[in-house]
Amino acid sequence: MSAVLHDVLTAILVLAGATMCLAAGIGLIRFPDVLSRLHAATKPQIFGLMAVTADVAINNFSVGTVTLVVAIVVFQALTAPMAAHLVGRAAYETEHLRPDLLIVDELKDRRADR
Amino acid sequence: MTTSRERLEAVGNQIPPLIALIVLWMLLWGEFSWLNLLVGLVVGIVVTVAFYLVPVQLSGRVHPLQTVVFFVRLIVDIVRASVDVSWLAVKPRLVTSNAILEIRLRTRSDLILTWTAVATSIVPGSIVVDIDRESSILYLHVLNMQSASDIEQFRRRVLDTERRIVRGFGSHEDVERMRGVLPANRLSARRSGKELS
Repeated sequence: MSAVLHDVLTAILVLAGATMCLAAGIGLIRFPDVLSRLHAATKPQIFGLMAVTADVAINNFSVGTVTLVVAIVVFQALTAPMAAHLVGRAAYETEHLRPDLLIVDELKDRRADR
Repeated sequence: MTTSRERLEAVGNQIPPLIALIVLWMLLWGEFSWLNLLVGLVVGIVVTVAFYLVPVQLSGRVHPLQTVVFFVRLIVDIVRASVDVSWLAVKPRLVTSNAILEIRLRTRSDLILTWTAVATSIVPGSIVVDIDRESSILYLHVLNMQSASDIEQFRRRVLDTERRIVRGFGSHEDVERMRGVLPANRLSARRSGKELS
């Protein structure tokens, strides 16, 4: 791989990763309630992590780094939704949500039926 | 009372997770060697015995190509939705209107239900709030839903994810169950066709 192409690829991946993490931080402050903040806190960050680790794998290309990167991404991908689910569920059960932000709440309808 | 046959099946069910643990052990060390394999096997057995999990019903069917399709599509979805959510976070006028949606999945397998839940909640913009395991219903909190058509579209996207997962590694029964339902684009095409006629 030529040096220039290598640098460009690195720049794109690291910048993309950093932008995602920045956006996650901004979203955390700007979004209005717990559930929407969770979206900002847990998600774009995964793509950010994928981009940054992919860059690490490209720069130190060896079997060891690639497998480690795969393990990191898989674990992040498995654990982040769980954490989000637990916090989200707790927030919903304890009514830490703003019904005015929801256009429909089918879970509430469902519970009302019972 | 457990017969020896049942016990054998219980042990058999522990083997795929055990293999996964050994592979993970080698991933962590970053190399393959016989010593790693041996130590991984020992650690794996200790972990499976010490932290006994409820036996997972594996479907016993894997379609490699469809599985790859699912993962590639998942990554594409993650990238696209990440950009969407980040834009939502930084755009000058902040409008949020969210929704909690009930989505009825067609599968009856715990494994597919879990995969669908994880796959939809890893894509930014949706979080699993609650799951009804008995009737395979996901309750998702979805970001930025403006209209009824947004909601329809989202619902269909989750069902499409489910179908891709089932096609990849669902049981034969589930594949049959999916067959009765047309893919989303064809379904909508047919609907609009019906309205026209």
